Amino acid sequence: MTIEEIKEILEAEVITGSDNLKMEVKIGCAADLMSDVLAFAKPGAILLTGLTNPQVVRTVEIADVKAICFVRGKKPDENTIKLAKDKNLILLMTHLPMFESCGRLYKKGLVGLGYLDINKRNG
Amino acid sequence: MDKKKKFTKIQELTYELKIKDVMTKKVVIVSPRKPIYELRKILYKKGISGTPVVTKGELVGLISIEDFIKCLAQGEMNALIEEKMAKKVETLYADEPVVHAVRKFDQYGFGRFPVIKRNNKKLVGIITKGDIIKGLLKKLEIDYHEEEIHRYRASHIFEDIIADNTTLTFQYNVVGKDFNKAGESASGLKRTLYRLGIQPNIVRRASIATYEAEMNIVVFTNGGKLTASVQPHQIKIDASDSGPGIPDIEQAMQPGFSTAPKWVRELGFGAGMGLLNIKNCVDKMTLDSKVGKGTHLEAVLYLN
Repeated sequence: MTIEEIKEILEAEVITGSDNLKMEVKIGCAADLMSDVLAFAKPGAILLTGLTNPQVVRTVEIADVKAICFVRGKKPDENTIKLAKDKNLILLMTHLPMFESCGRLYKKGLVGLGYLDINKRNG
Repeated sequence: MDKKKKFTKIQELTYELKIKDVMTKKVVIVSPRKPIYELRKILYKKGISGTPVVTKGELVGLISIEDFIKCLAQGEMNALIEEKMAKKVETLYADEPVVHAVRKFDQYGFGRFPVIKRNNKKLVGIITKGDIIKGLLKKLEIDYHEEEIHRYRASHIFEDIIADNTTLTFQYNVVGKDFNKAGESASGLKRTLYRLGIQPNIVRRASIATYEAEMNIVVFTNGGKLTASVQPHQIKIDASDSGPGIPDIEQAMQPGFSTAPKWVRELGFGAGMGLLNIKNCVDKMTLDSKVGKGTHLEAVLYLN
């Protein structure tokens, strides 16, 4: 699914990365706990989150996640946006809540991480 | 870098770059209500062969040196530009990829196209073939060279060193309680390892482990050190601090066990996954801690 399609489905606004809307994401991942993102997210995924601090950007950079969609209409501050620009990440923002955002994307065929094992080796 | 690869890269860039990235933004324009004779000095002075005609920022036509010569031959120098200009103008949108401009130049054989905004027809620039070439070269230089040169230089370093044992050491100082900078060390190490030509999935695991270790230092201590020692066969990450220490390591390793303060949890951390996550990312992990003295974590990832 491309970022452009995700933007349409979630009626989202592009905060940064509008040059890169044709990029493909294969997996969706939703979390407000950054440790969970580090532990479970797959490279090339999109992260849906309600957190907007710069650490979200740092976390996805480390985890090789390429795009973030902020849910519940939360917009990140300038620091977060600037950091995302520096790291070449795409930021979206939707006014939909987390549950509905996930539901819409899943319904349109974006898959999730599947069964997770907390003790399994990462990568 | 073979010829074929280079060609593909440029093709790719014509899709990636937008017209607004390469166009000339300072455009000489004329008003439709001006008489033709005024064109002479504009075209002559600026050394151009045609110019967009604009009212209130909006493109209404295009007038060229050919139109001027026609008027000159027919003695119509006092006619208004709007009477003589071409009203049906081929334009490009600022947000279109450069490849659309390339096609249009091929199709029409014109020297330039005015660039307008998609939603309101406002003139925002003008594009020539020269602009496209310049834009592509600039992007190639920035993108390719910079990172490729860094990577090339770094990824051959082990081959160039003559020694029985080689270790490259990268050291990062982590500031305690400063959440704004938290993650910078891991981010820096990630780029460095990538440039050394280490496999992306190993770089990823090493970065996640480093990031978790960095977060622990930031959250629980007043600062510490992260050291990555890279050898041809392995990466060793050391995280050390002189913080409060961990009273019960076994307990700290349990998923979900956390002593993080509330403000840390509000930022999305401190969920009690850190140490376990480090362990799951690396091939070997040892953790030493003395209450009141500090903590030392060592993690090893094998290469190849």
